[in-house]
Amino acid sequence: MSTAADKTVDRPAPRKHPETLLRVTDLRKHFPQKKPGIIARADAPVKAVDGISFEIGRGETVGLVGESGCGKSTAGRTLLRLLEPTSGTIEFAGQDVTHVGGGELRRLRRGMQMIFQDPYGSLNPRHTVGKIIAAPYAIQGITPEGGVRTAVQELMERVGLNPEHYNRYPHEFSGGQRQRIGVARAIALKPQLIVCDEPVSALDVSIQAQVINLLEDIQDEQKLAYMFVAHDLSVVRHISDRVIVMYLGKVMEVADRDTLYEAPLHPYTHALLSAVPVPDPRRAAERERILLFGDLPSPQHPPSGCVFRTRCPKAQEVCAVEMPVPVEIVPGHQVACHFPEKRTVV
Amino acid sequence: MIEDTLAADSRKPFLQVKDLHVHFPTDDGLVKAVDGIDFTLERGQTVGIVGESGSGKSVASLAILGLHRRSKAKLSGQILLEGEDLLTVSDQRIRSLRGSQMAMVFQDPLSALHPYYTIGNQIVEAFRIHNDVSKDVARKRAIEMLERVGIPNPNRRVDQYPHEFSGGMRQRAMIAMALVNDPKLLIADEPTTALDVTVQAQILELMKDLQKEFGSAIIIITHDLGVVADVADDILVMYGGRCVEKGSVDEVFYTPQHPYTWGLLASMPRLDRVRTDRLDPIPGNPPSLINLPSGCAFNPRCAHRSEVSGDRCKIEMPELLETSPDRSARCHIDPLRRSEIYALNAGQKQ
Repeated sequence: MSTAADKTVDRPAPRKHPETLLRVTDLRKHFPQKKPGIIARADAPVKAVDGISFEIGRGETVGLVGESGCGKSTAGRTLLRLLEPTSGTIEFAGQDVTHVGGGELRRLRRGMQMIFQDPYGSLNPRHTVGKIIAAPYAIQGITPEGGVRTAVQELMERVGLNPEHYNRYPHEFSGGQRQRIGVARAIALKPQLIVCDEPVSALDVSIQAQVINLLEDIQDEQKLAYMFVAHDLSVVRHISDRVIVMYLGKVMEVADRDTLYEAPLHPYTHALLSAVPVPDPRRAAERERILLFGDLPSPQHPPSGCVFRTRCPKAQEVCAVEMPVPVEIVPGHQVACHFPEKRTVV
Repeated sequence: MIEDTLAADSRKPFLQVKDLHVHFPTDDGLVKAVDGIDFTLERGQTVGIVGESGSGKSVASLAILGLHRRSKAKLSGQILLEGEDLLTVSDQRIRSLRGSQMAMVFQDPLSALHPYYTIGNQIVEAFRIHNDVSKDVARKRAIEMLERVGIPNPNRRVDQYPHEFSGGMRQRAMIAMALVNDPKLLIADEPTTALDVTVQAQILELMKDLQKEFGSAIIIITHDLGVVADVADDILVMYGGRCVEKGSVDEVFYTPQHPYTWGLLASMPRLDRVRTDRLDPIPGNPPSLINLPSGCAFNPRCAHRSEVSGDRCKIEMPELLETSPDRSARCHIDPLRRSEIYALNAGQKQ
């Protein structure tokens, strides 16, 4: 029951992963700020990611959710080393890659790739599709078996594009097709991990499902792991094995998918899930909605203690003083809250 | 006599859109952005217009507000607001209706608000165009509206610029501006698409509260079926510039009649359900409005074409036929057979 093929409905115990692919420990990414004015003075940094730790197993899909500004995209980019971490460590396939550089960093990128949100901005409009998908080979100095052109055309076919469109330009493709180009480029080097940053949020509903299915098929074939960064909790429920909930640079709750959606413990997870509209009018009328007041505080000046306390319906004095440490309540279910409570909200 | 006309007036629907067409002649050909839609809306009611990008949903709403330039767009049909046809009235008349009788909330509040003017100034301007009052009175009204939409410290906020507001606050300010003249009709074009879910929930609650308080009629345009399920009374599903299905929210969600609606519902991942192994996407892409497929615009993507004998779906455009009062769908498949197909497929999903 605990193999990678386990996708059945009733899964009592969280899945055991034989091998950790990526381990992130106390990762921080702070962006330094300047005070306004002509004299250069340092202001408090924006703490986009402020001490997060998690693991991704081989072949696993981990969803990373949270509102805009919670640091989820920054976390995804930092663990790929597209951004320099301020502190903390990143281990990939057993190797500490936090500070590798030059050729070693380039070799690392063979193992981890990225799919971007914006299918318009992430493809060079002046390059042909063939050139875009072959870019990883060119950068890595690899000539695949049978030549670059054959390899690229195979990739195009794999992601559902017509290989004859090799010489076309991105503007000749629709949004969904462009996202397929991005997928082909990401899988060209057969990576072990792909960070998908909101890969379907720019697409129409009927096209979203096509791309999600493609990502799942490729995962089944190549046994790769996904870090799926998204704000759409329905999509994340569909695709993830485990889910991490972030708020203002910190991890609030981590659990396997079913536990997180059926028995979440953190008040922020409760509010987030209860806010998602469900396409079912009778249920929508019955559901209790936990309304949060106000907006996300500034990550430059986060609240003291628990960062969520300013909007938390359960906040008490202790929350302003002490930042709750993430506690593993049951194996695999971790929550950072002084007053966790099991609640059904979906 | 007067009583007679009054009685006739009260029986007239508040807003009635009849056979509305919006066509744009371009160098590449005629873009039929909206090609015949009909619906009625009463005060206190909400109609949701659902469709993918390029289905014509925003163009239809801009037509109601009279925001298409008459030299660029060809409009035909009727838009009757309390019996008055907005397509034939003068520009001056529509300008006086716009803002006072009907108002719009746009998707992206940052580009819909003017960055050079304070929020207060923009609300004051909207109020004073339609009301002959002093600046002080208008300012008081602006503060009152900001408070009503849940903006904290309205006395201070009124003098701030849009960039000083967060996304959710800007959308609240937009709603305050739209409601400052107590319009009877509010059109919200993807009002929460740019917002986070927790803020989206706040804004949707706010719209429902305000509707109860002011009894306004609301047209909400969205691609998010969850949002319409939450706020709408009636739904119009649009595809390729035409309405393909119309009905009450319960009817459209629980007994959808059109294969496109089935496809939309089946392709969505659900928050409230454990996944089936794969999603069922609708194959292909939404059509181009310049070059719509012949016959039924959905036919190249339709999984149930084989239900209709011959090439009828390719040749003949199906009419939007009423199956029961206020319930209609545009499909060649026999309505009874459609119910069977849906029941069969829905049964497999459970």
